[in-house]
Amino acid sequence: MFSWDLLANAIVAGMLLGGFYAAVSLGVSLTFGLLDIVNIAHPAFVILGAYAAYVMNSSYGLDPILTGVMLTPVFYGLGAGVYRIYYASFERRGEESLRGLVFFFGLLFIIEVGLSLKYGVDYRLVEAAYIGRSIDLGGVGIAFRLLVPCVVGLLMTLALYLFLSRTFYGRAVMGVSQDQVALRLMGADPVRIKTIAFGIGIAAASLAGALLITISPVVPSTDRDYIGRVFAITVLGGLGSIGGTLVASIILGIAESLMATFFGPSWSLAVSFGILLLALAVRPAGLFGR
Amino acid sequence: MVGAAVIGLGILLAKLRINPYIYFAGYIVLQYVVIATAWNVLGGYAGYVNFGTPAFFALGAYTAIFLIEAFEAPLPVLIVAGGLVSALLGLGIGYLTLRLKGVFFSIATFALSVVLQTLIINWEYVGGAKGFTLIRPPAPFFGNWGVLLFTVMVALAVVTVLVARSIERSWIGRGLAALRDNEEAAECMGVPTLRLKLFATTVSGFFLGVAGAPFPYYVTYVEPSSAFNLDYAVNALAMPMIGGTTTWLGPMIGAILLGTAQQIATVTISSELNLLIVGVVLVLFVVLAPEGLTGLARRLRGR
Repeated sequence: MFSWDLLANAIVAGMLLGGFYAAVSLGVSLTFGLLDIVNIAHPAFVILGAYAAYVMNSSYGLDPILTGVMLTPVFYGLGAGVYRIYYASFERRGEESLRGLVFFFGLLFIIEVGLSLKYGVDYRLVEAAYIGRSIDLGGVGIAFRLLVPCVVGLLMTLALYLFLSRTFYGRAVMGVSQDQVALRLMGADPVRIKTIAFGIGIAAASLAGALLITISPVVPSTDRDYIGRVFAITVLGGLGSIGGTLVASIILGIAESLMATFFGPSWSLAVSFGILLLALAVRPAGLFGR
Repeated sequence: MVGAAVIGLGILLAKLRINPYIYFAGYIVLQYVVIATAWNVLGGYAGYVNFGTPAFFALGAYTAIFLIEAFEAPLPVLIVAGGLVSALLGLGIGYLTLRLKGVFFSIATFALSVVLQTLIINWEYVGGAKGFTLIRPPAPFFGNWGVLLFTVMVALAVVTVLVARSIERSWIGRGLAALRDNEEAAECMGVPTLRLKLFATTVSGFFLGVAGAPFPYYVTYVEPSSAFNLDYAVNALAMPMIGGTTTWLGPMIGAILLGTAQQIATVTISSELNLLIVGVVLVLFVVLAPEGLTGLARRLRGR
C-alpha cells in the first residue's frame, strides 16, 4: 500500500532538512572547496556551537538561534586561531595535505572527547517557544523546529553568496582559490585572506550547531554522522560552489528523508556516505564542477 | 621456530600465576601492535592515509562471528578467514586509489567504514544492532582463555612485524617509498605503481582483519558500535605517527607506548581521558615532531 501523503510529507521534510544541511556544509565549501584546507573537524565545531547554545539556553533561557548568531564572533576568532596554527605548522612547510588532515582528525577527537568529559554522553536539548509547534498545509505538516533552521540556513547561504561575489574580501577569497601568486602581486596577503575565510567557516559551523540542537537533541559523538554528510554535499556540490552546495544539500535531505520514511531510520545514514563514495568514485568534480 | 617459541611461551605463562588483568591489557596492546603495523604498510610505506581502520577490523571480527554462527569454526580458521575477507576489501580500496589520491582517498575510506557499519546494523544473522553474544567453550590449551588469546596475539604481532620488516627491506618497500614521494615520477621510472598499491592495500587489509578476528572471543559480546569504534581509526593513525612511519620499528614503538599508556590511564583515571590523551599526543606530534620518535632519534644520532 503506497501512501501519497507519506511521500509528500517525506519530500517536504527532506527539503526543510536540506536547508539546514546547507548551513552545516557552507563552512566546508569555503575552507575545503575554495581554500583546499581539509577541515575534517568542521562537524566537531558544529557540535561545539550546539553545546554553546545549550549552555546559554539552559542557564539563561536565551533563544538557541539568537545565541548562535551572538557567538559567531567568538567562533570566528577561534577559527582564525586554528588556521594560524595550521598555517605555521603545515602550509608554510608545504606539507599541508596529509599531515594537515591528521591534525584536523586529532582536533575532531579532542573536541568530541572534551565535550563528553565536561557534559557526559547524555542527549542535550534546548527549549524555545517555536519548538514543537507546526502548521498544516493540506495534509502536509511543517514543523517549526525544521522550518526555522531551514530559513536561517537559506539566509546564511545567501549571505555567503553575496559576500563572495560582492565584497572586496569575498572576491579576494575567490582569488586565493584560483591563484595565490597573482593575489600577492596585486598587493593582498593570501594568509590574511585565508585566516578571514577560515574564521568565517568556523563561525558558520557554530551557527549551524545552534540550528542542529533546535532540530534534535545532541550528544558529543553526533559529529561523526555529519562528516559524511558535509563532505558528500561539498563534493557533490562541486567543491566551492555556493549554489551547488545548496542544491546538493536539498538532494541529500530529500534522499535521506525518503530512505528514513520507507526503509527505516537505521538506513538513512548510509545514504549520505553511499552518495559520497559514489560521487568520489564516479564523478569527483561533483554535479557542478568548477 | 616462531611457532615453537610461542607455544613454549604459552605453557610457561600458564604455569606462572600472573594477575589475569595483565593478559587482558597485554592483549589490547599487542592487538594495537598488529593494527598499527598493518596500517603503516599502506599509510607509512605507500603514503595513503586510511581512515577506515574500523571497517577492516570489524570485518575480521564479523567474519569470525558469521563462521561461529554457521559452522562453529575454530579460532585458527577464524583468523585466516577474517584476514582473507578483509584482504579482499583491501584489494577493493586498492582499485579506488586509481581515481582517488591524497585526502579524497582518506575521506572515501572513512565513508566506507560508515556504510559497512550500517550494513552490519541491519544484518540480523550476526546480531544486528542488538549485538552478538558468544558463549566460550572451555579453553582448549593453557587452561584459560586469557593466556590463550594473549599467546595467540603475541604470535600474530610477531608475524605482522616480521612481514612488515621484510616488505620494507625488499624491492617492494623501495618501490612503495618511491610512489609515496612522487607517484607520477615513480610510474615514469618503471615502478609498477598500481600492482604495488594493490599489494599494500591487500596486505594492510589482511592484517587489520587478522587483528579483529579473535575479538569476539576476547570480549564475548560484540556490537557494531564497539567493533566499528572510531578509536581504532585514531589509534591506527596516532601510533605510527608517534613512533615514526618510515620503518617497521616506528608503529611497534608507538603502539606499545600509547597502548600501554591508555591501559594505565583507563584503570587509574578514566577511559574517556585516555582518548583525550591520544588526541592531544597525536596533534602535538604531527605539529612538533612529524617524523615521530624514530625520526627524532635518528636526528639526535646524526648530530
